[in-house]
Amino acid sequence: MIRTLLSGDTPRSLPLALILGVILISLALAPFLFPGVRTVDTAARICVFIVLVASYDLLLGYGGIVSFAHTMFFGIGAYGVALASTHMGRGFDSIAVGALAGAGLAAALALVIGLFSLRVRAIFFAMITLAVASAVAVLVSQLSSLTGGEDGLTFKTPRELGPAFKFGKEAFDGVLFGVKLNGKLLAYYFIFFGALVLFLGLLRVVNSPFGRVLQAIRENDFRAEAIGYRVVYYRVAATCLSAAVAALAGSLYAVWLRYVGPDTSLSMEIMIDILLMVVIGGMGTMYGAVIGATLFVLAQNYLQNLMGAASELTSGLPLVPELLNADRWLLWLGVLFILSVYFFPTGIVGRLRNNG
Amino acid sequence: MTAAPEHAPKMAEASLRDRIAPHMPVLLVPLIAIAGFIAIQNPSSWLTLTVSGLAMGMMIFIMASGLTLVFGLMDVINFGHGAFVSVGAFVGISVLMLLGHMTEAPSLMLNLGAILLAVIGAMLATGLMGWAFEKVIVEPVYGHHLKQILVTMGGLIVVEQLIIVLWGPEEIYILRPEALKGAITFAGAAIEKYRLVAVGVGLVVFLAMRWVLRRTKIGLIVRAGVENGEMVQALGYRLRLVFVGVFIAGSALAGLGGVMWGLYQEVITAHMGNHAMILIFIVVIIGGLGSVEGCFIGALLVGLLQNYIAFLEPKAALISNIALMVAILMWRPMGMIPVVKAK
Amino acid sequence: MSDPILKLEGVYTNIAQYHILQGVDLEVPRGAVTMLLGRNGVGKTTTLRTVIGHWRAHQGRILFDGEDITRMPTPAIARMGLGFVPEDMGIFADLTVEENMVLAAASGPINSARLDWIFAAFPPLKTFWKSDAGTLSGGQKQMLSIARAMVEERKLYLIDEPTKGLAPAIISTMARALKDLKDQGASVLLVEQNFAVAKALGDSANVMDDGRMIWSGQMQELATDAALQERLMGLSLEAH
Repeated sequence: MIRTLLSGDTPRSLPLALILGVILISLALAPFLFPGVRTVDTAARICVFIVLVASYDLLLGYGGIVSFAHTMFFGIGAYGVALASTHMGRGFDSIAVGALAGAGLAAALALVIGLFSLRVRAIFFAMITLAVASAVAVLVSQLSSLTGGEDGLTFKTPRELGPAFKFGKEAFDGVLFGVKLNGKLLAYYFIFFGALVLFLGLLRVVNSPFGRVLQAIRENDFRAEAIGYRVVYYRVAATCLSAAVAALAGSLYAVWLRYVGPDTSLSMEIMIDILLMVVIGGMGTMYGAVIGATLFVLAQNYLQNLMGAASELTSGLPLVPELLNADRWLLWLGVLFILSVYFFPTGIVGRLRNNG
Repeated sequence: MTAAPEHAPKMAEASLRDRIAPHMPVLLVPLIAIAGFIAIQNPSSWLTLTVSGLAMGMMIFIMASGLTLVFGLMDVINFGHGAFVSVGAFVGISVLMLLGHMTEAPSLMLNLGAILLAVIGAMLATGLMGWAFEKVIVEPVYGHHLKQILVTMGGLIVVEQLIIVLWGPEEIYILRPEALKGAITFAGAAIEKYRLVAVGVGLVVFLAMRWVLRRTKIGLIVRAGVENGEMVQALGYRLRLVFVGVFIAGSALAGLGGVMWGLYQEVITAHMGNHAMILIFIVVIIGGLGSVEGCFIGALLVGLLQNYIAFLEPKAALISNIALMVAILMWRPMGMIPVVKAK
Repeated sequence: MSDPILKLEGVYTNIAQYHILQGVDLEVPRGAVTMLLGRNGVGKTTTLRTVIGHWRAHQGRILFDGEDITRMPTPAIARMGLGFVPEDMGIFADLTVEENMVLAAASGPINSARLDWIFAAFPPLKTFWKSDAGTLSGGQKQMLSIARAMVEERKLYLIDEPTKGLAPAIISTMARALKDLKDQGASVLLVEQNFAVAKALGDSANVMDDGRMIWSGQMQELATDAALQERLMGLSLEAH
């Protein structure tokens, strides 16, 4: 049964399966296992980023296409929900409309970019996506009347997903295992199940005939074309699908934060974060996204505290406290990233599978 | 039997289009300038913006030229190029700050001397850094484009963070040297003195690069290497050494560009190189990977367009350059002056 | 009886997963033209490319002028005095004819006597001296490719199919130039599909098939034995 759910793409390694199991259970029961605003927020972030990174893995790991426009699609989905909720009023229908519109726009944009890539070399394509994504980010912050500019947009989600909504008063007195039964809890599970469905959907895609052809194209596009597959169509389809899922991840994120802004959804920092997650986790494995995203978000939240403490301890030495400064966590992640590309090209997942 | 037709083959007159085609790229520059004039109408505004655009273009060219040569010759994509720009700016400005006595004097000679020293310092630092970067980060991933993109981006992140470690997270504001502050008026237009210096420096760099590439043996080797590295080696030249040399030169140029850019913007931040990369990429793509001339023309076009549009419709500035890139790629998918690579 | 200028012993070369050379033995005597013959795809070009170092032999030995060059990088091999004329000519299209030649004269300025000889053998090179090499015709490019090897005295010339795809008139020009080279006492390893040219120039002949040498001997012997030609190379017509 699990095999079918995972579309036949099992972890194939005991350590990996255990880690994934732990992550799944932790996320599924996060509000109960790790109660607290910050921890549940971390868990929600992990869910969203797993989907975002997995959609990028589809493009990069399975399709072999390097694109820097991914955060743009993420932002489109987020802004879609925000704008819909702002103009249509709060409600699940706004979320649905916003999410679908966002995914649709993202796919359409991906289509245009994909078709354009026919005429230029792969390297050009990467650079072009970088330029386009930066331009869009700048544009969004400038069109402040529409998008709220630098400050972003705050909006309301359906009542049922807000903290004011309480349920289970009669049966459980409004509390279950010490956790308040309110809309926030429902919001978390909205995110969690949404992310789970999207992730399993991506697993289905990469293990389908479409996914296999994509991998064949990644290995040798010349040969794939010679066998009779229109490489262009597959690449464009992969780009559109990847963009749409990224947009949906953005929509989930917006629902959780009830806020969108250029820094939370469009910045180049997020793009670099995605790259780090997908490479460290393991490209072309989908599960790499799970591991990479979990590791990264945890590091982002908790490594900084660790580094801050270490920096305090070494404050007497020259330069060292600066290197260990909590804000410099990106430095060490960058070093880890470089080392991963050299020594763990298959990422953590690849390592575990080889040893397991 | 009828006689064979008079055998007098006529040479078809090369159409106007065919004759102009090779010169089209260069002609685009005055074309955009004219278009700008038509759109802006006010001659003195136009003059100010044109000088500004040329100055910006020159600086982008200096920063981008190293990148395009490295890719053309070594087939290496250095997404970390922006790091050299930032480091160059920080080192150069630090040197400049140490030379306060020279920059505060109202003498043009002393000011230029100070800038020269700052530039030398920046170029030495980035040249050295380039050598290390090539050895440690780039060389292990020769031939793997995807890994190069990833690894050089990683290098960029690490270097940016190191800049913050060494110089602190705050942006640093700069005062231009005394004699270069302010503007001169010409034909009713205010033209910043520094921008004239930038245009001058850019021209000198371009001409120097052209001279080296066309008139020296090392330039021959580089140009031949861009086309067919294998054959150059079969003629006895150690291409690997040439690679490293070009990479170091490209990094030093990025450092020079960084100093000039920092003085232009009057502020430097650790991420300035990264921000410049967008325009640098556009220029390199428009010009054609590996072509110094193409890069020069592309940079001037981007500089002019950026300044004209920023005046006319500020929010459309970056988008307009994307549109320019798209338009040129539709016209010539490999860039304006592509280098024909032997494959 | 001096030692050969070039000697291959049991050379195996792979390209990706393909085993191209499967134990090639070859001797190239000094001061003579050695032919390397065989049908398409048997490994002649790969042999030359292995000698010059573009491909690395993973087994076997290559001795050039007494030195083991098996693991040497290409530039070092070339500097030892090996002139290479590749199958695709390797012309730098963006450079002028003059610049191509200057580049090829790696040791210093071009010797004017040698240049005169090259101009006499290949007049178009003089005509198009300042033109971009990319604008030359196929035959002229081939002339430039050989001229680049000839611009300095080399210990050994490796020449890969110089007459491929050329018109008969140009082939004779090419053959005359190569004969000049031979008369000067140069050592040449020549791959040539055109058997008439091979017969006219070659002193010794080596035939390859399936990545190894299947026959070595004097050109005279091969040229006069039609049955042998057909057996080794599938040649059934005299004139090629």
